Amino acid sequence: MITLAHYIVLGAVLFCIAVAGLFINRKNVIVLLMSIELMLLAVNTNFVAFSRFLGDVSGQVFVFFILTVAAAEAAIGLAILVLLFRNRSTINIADIDSMKG
Amino acid sequence: MPNFNDILVLLPEFYLVAAACVLLLADAFMTPEQRPQLHWISIVVLLVAIYLVIAGQPAQTVTAFGGMFVRDGVGEILKIFALGTTAMVLVYARPYLVDRKLPIGEFYTLMIFAVIGIMLLVSAGNLVTVYLGLELLSLSSYALVALNRDARLPSEAAIKYFVLGALASGMLLYGMSMVYGASGMGGTPGLGLAQLHQVMAYTTAPKLLLFGLIFMIVGIGFKLGAAPFHMWIPDVYQGAPTPVTAFIAAGSKLAAFGMAYRLLDAGMGDLAHQWQLMLAVLAVASLAIGNLVAIVQTNLKRMLAYSTISHMGYLLLGLSAAGPEGYAAAMFYAICYALMGVAAFGVMLALTRAGFECEEIADLKGLNQKSPWMAFLMLLAMFSLAGVPPLFGFWAKVLVLEAAIHAGMLWLAIVGIVFAIIGLYYYLHVIKVMYFDQPAEGSVLEAKPDVSLRVVLSLNALSLLALGLYWGPLLGWCRHAFGL
Repeated sequence: MITLAHYIVLGAVLFCIAVAGLFINRKNVIVLLMSIELMLLAVNTNFVAFSRFLGDVSGQVFVFFILTVAAAEAAIGLAILVLLFRNRSTINIADIDSMKG
Repeated sequence: MPNFNDILVLLPEFYLVAAACVLLLADAFMTPEQRPQLHWISIVVLLVAIYLVIAGQPAQTVTAFGGMFVRDGVGEILKIFALGTTAMVLVYARPYLVDRKLPIGEFYTLMIFAVIGIMLLVSAGNLVTVYLGLELLSLSSYALVALNRDARLPSEAAIKYFVLGALASGMLLYGMSMVYGASGMGGTPGLGLAQLHQVMAYTTAPKLLLFGLIFMIVGIGFKLGAAPFHMWIPDVYQGAPTPVTAFIAAGSKLAAFGMAYRLLDAGMGDLAHQWQLMLAVLAVASLAIGNLVAIVQTNLKRMLAYSTISHMGYLLLGLSAAGPEGYAAAMFYAICYALMGVAAFGVMLALTRAGFECEEIADLKGLNQKSPWMAFLMLLAMFSLAGVPPLFGFWAKVLVLEAAIHAGMLWLAIVGIVFAIIGLYYYLHVIKVMYFDQPAEGSVLEAKPDVSLRVVLSLNALSLLALGLYWGPLLGWCRHAFGL
């Protein structure tokens, strides 16, 4: 029997993987974008699970909005990534350090 | 069901969305010679929006679309100042954009979309509206930071802003999902802020609620730029084109205050005793990191970035008092900071030319000899940021400290005063460089001949003095909005 707790734990695990991906990853900006998407999906899992468990649709409606905004966010993120690559010919995170202090 | 009255309540927002779409189309059909006219059109669009906000001001709080949108005094004041400071930024931005041949149409359209985001955010009555307003503001800001497509620093600043901003939104949403879950345990689940206000009283899962609250506070801290969530601020301020930096300093700080107020007071007001101390810790960390790290900066934009972090500390001081008096003081502070920030960046914008950014503090050497009026305006902005009486910034600081003391947090007020004194050093350093250093060989340092820029900038900086001498009505207006 799969209960609410299973879904919430799944959401938490996905969220932790996403945050770890953002902080530990030192290689590639594309992995950062993937982590951001994963984080939003973890949130969606939570909302849908709560919504189903509580018998209330508003959580699922919120998920539609999050999915839409996530698509727009990915578009802007990739556009900035293209700019970054054009200006520097690299998307290695370790090289993005011209501003410090 | 939504009806015509709901649309009337959102009239300023609907009007701005329509105007932004028209501007976008106009930009596509205009010839390059006609395109500079977009400048005046967008300023008029913003001024008309201010008029619509003021003219349609409801006598008491009105909600629309089933409580999704709240139109009340707090939202009205924040909207008026967000629109006003954005209009000022547009005036200051024109010579900068023209000199550097930056894309004009995109700049104005994105600015107006960002302002719509602010307006939705400060009037949000539901977690969905908070999220949508926040993302509209953030996504427009990411694109604005990357406006200068061929330079190295802006693209770096934009990717850092994007990644950290998205992380903050993710944290906020995760917190919202937990709060939503907790609201349904033992009662009706919902996303409306007014409904969430009572959740603490009935929920059978208070731990889940607190867990969500902590994530939401992390998200709010990121958006305010409070330490320890301030990492993006210095890089974004330094890397973004100066007009965009001015907008991020002014408009989005007003929005962040609005978001914090809506989520914490309207939404989680019953948990005030829980979040009060969390905000106090953020405030102390911001005051310490902002003021201490600003001392060693040589880049003026970076220094102002750390100064922003310290100012967010003072704003949090007011918010952590968790009462109408504290909120009114914090809103007064946010308005004051927006005006000061726009003035300081405005002077920088007046002195830049193509190929000379006027970003280093050393670039201002001998400004008084070259251009005494600009030096005086910068002096007003710096003294006000430092909180020197009788300027506006002084009263804003006094009010948040007073609110903190009345809320029984004397220690917090003492920390605030100590760091205000430390902070004085780096503002005075800028004034010393302007007034007592000899100009560098071959430095030009002339203000732009643009009349509108000079007039608006002078009025903006002199308003810091005028409001410092005559701050009662504005404070009264802020207090009235919170029912005092």
